[in-house]
Amino acid sequence: MSTSPTTTAVSADGVEAKALRDALSSTPRPERAGALSAALAFGWRGMLKVKHVPEQLLDVTITPVMFLLMFTYLFGGAIAGSTGEYLDYILPGLLVMSVLFTTVYSGIALNTDLTKGVVDRFRSLPIWRPAPLVGALLGDSVRYMVAGTVIVALGLALGFRPSAGPAGVIAAMALVTVFAFGLSWVFTTMGLLMRSPNAVMNAGFMSIFPLTFLSNVFVEPETLPGALEAFVDVNPISILATASRGLMEGNAAGGDIAIVLATAAALTAVFGPLTTHLYRTRS
Amino acid sequence: MTTTTDSPLAIEATGLARSFGEVRAVDGVDLAVRRGSVYGVLGPNGAGKTTTIRMLATLLRPDGGSARVLGHDIVSEADEVRGLVSLTGQLASVDEDLTGWENLTLIGRLLGLRRADAKKRAVELLDAFGLSDASSRLVKNYSGGMRRRLDISASLVVTPQLMFLDEPTTGLDPRSRNLVWDIIRALATGGTTILLCTQYLEEADQLAEGIAVIDHGRVIAEGTPEQLKASVGSGALHVRLLDPDQRPQAEAVLARELGAAHLESDPASLTSPCADANRAAGAVAELARSGVDVASFTLGQPSLDEVFLALTGHPAEDEEKERDDEEKKETAIEEEQTA
Repeated sequence: MSTSPTTTAVSADGVEAKALRDALSSTPRPERAGALSAALAFGWRGMLKVKHVPEQLLDVTITPVMFLLMFTYLFGGAIAGSTGEYLDYILPGLLVMSVLFTTVYSGIALNTDLTKGVVDRFRSLPIWRPAPLVGALLGDSVRYMVAGTVIVALGLALGFRPSAGPAGVIAAMALVTVFAFGLSWVFTTMGLLMRSPNAVMNAGFMSIFPLTFLSNVFVEPETLPGALEAFVDVNPISILATASRGLMEGNAAGGDIAIVLATAAALTAVFGPLTTHLYRTRS
Repeated sequence: MTTTTDSPLAIEATGLARSFGEVRAVDGVDLAVRRGSVYGVLGPNGAGKTTTIRMLATLLRPDGGSARVLGHDIVSEADEVRGLVSLTGQLASVDEDLTGWENLTLIGRLLGLRRADAKKRAVELLDAFGLSDASSRLVKNYSGGMRRRLDISASLVVTPQLMFLDEPTTGLDPRSRNLVWDIIRALATGGTTILLCTQYLEEADQLAEGIAVIDHGRVIAEGTPEQLKASVGSGALHVRLLDPDQRPQAEAVLARELGAAHLESDPASLTSPCADANRAAGAVAELARSGVDVASFTLGQPSLDEVFLALTGHPAEDEEKERDDEEKKETAIEEEQTA
């Protein structure tokens, strides 16, 4: 009878049988994590990734700077007559654009995550089902705020003076971040439906680009052909840009803010559960 | 208390099935795993092991049959199941972009430990698994063996009643493999039921008290390692020739000396069932006498190939076929998603 080599209980790599046994026997099962603390733990995961690879914040810092400088100095004179005047018009709009572009990355990040085994572990944990997604988006909200802060700070340096002061600016940034949270669910849904991070990026930017440019972010809609003007007027991104301008200037219409919040809520209500379902069932 | 939660079985599966497009990955698997035991599921790549484990761990819905894990239905009571089991998947189920300590703390927080307890538990596990020096290094810089240990420790942040281990030693060097085996033994001693998927008969033999052999999504044999080995023959003489052209001649000699000879997928190799070293030596001597040039020979446990040969009459799928199947499966999954 041939016997296979028996493994010895000798410790290797510093693993000791006794320490191992102790570690394996010492855990009573705690109460399940609450929905919020599970989501916050995932938010913490997102923050840790930024901490380990801070370069990933480059896209949310460099791109807004590029856009602001380019639009103000290249097109400002032609569109508004002077760069200073155009800056007042475009800064709230660029805040909207920079932050909304960042939401596409939420979908790309989720798609990248799916290729890794750790998702299996998350899915096999007894936690509130949307927690991994809500947590990731909470973490992404910090990125949105970074993008927003960069654009506002640079605007201030270039001479932008909002009449509603810091409170107005903060209110506008908060509104944009809430809308971005709602919109990012659309891209996380895309992230779960598409096969590669690249596909998500292409589809994401192909939809966010026209939507942003066909809004009042860059030009007054009155200058546009009728049909286009009609579209621009109902585009939620126009309404968000108008509301942000209003908040910064101190003359925001409550109706615009309500529409923005309602749109964010509706996007979350539709695409949130859809994303959660896809996340659980994607094999 | 209903009888289901007191059932002596940790896993009871009947006719469990799952298809990906046209590929029937799992085709009616029955399993009965006693509480507190280590149970091996043995099969080649693409046999349906991983799909079975993913269904039992509630990651994948079966499209046929049913299963209860620790008394709970895996579909209608999936959440209860998740609260009692943990999974160490074939892909490392840890986050490569975080450190070892961060990974374990995150899992602890998600399982409901308070912040301070989660941190303490992470340190305790890293110490026990010999990873304390690497605790603040990113996991992507870990060696394969370290990653495996972290992966297993992540499944033990809260001691599970049942643990799924999918090929825990595939790709590890012998030293790391022995370490993982020691960990599994310690876990079993503590009373955790373990379902172990493996490609290695030796691994199942070392650790498991029951083994199911699975092929093409079906259980083709079941029993204790002893029963299984007895049905296969307890040992085998592997011979490798210098000249593949001499294999028919060698086959005839071995068949005469030892009763049977099987050709292996390597054109210069063949195998005969044999547990007796003296008879094996005699057979090798006989080969030399009849002019067959032997490059090497070993006497050992039957390989998975031989188990399969004995049980099914065909060797385990060769790799190319497997890869085709895997690809087919992946395309099917993608099609399913885009549909």
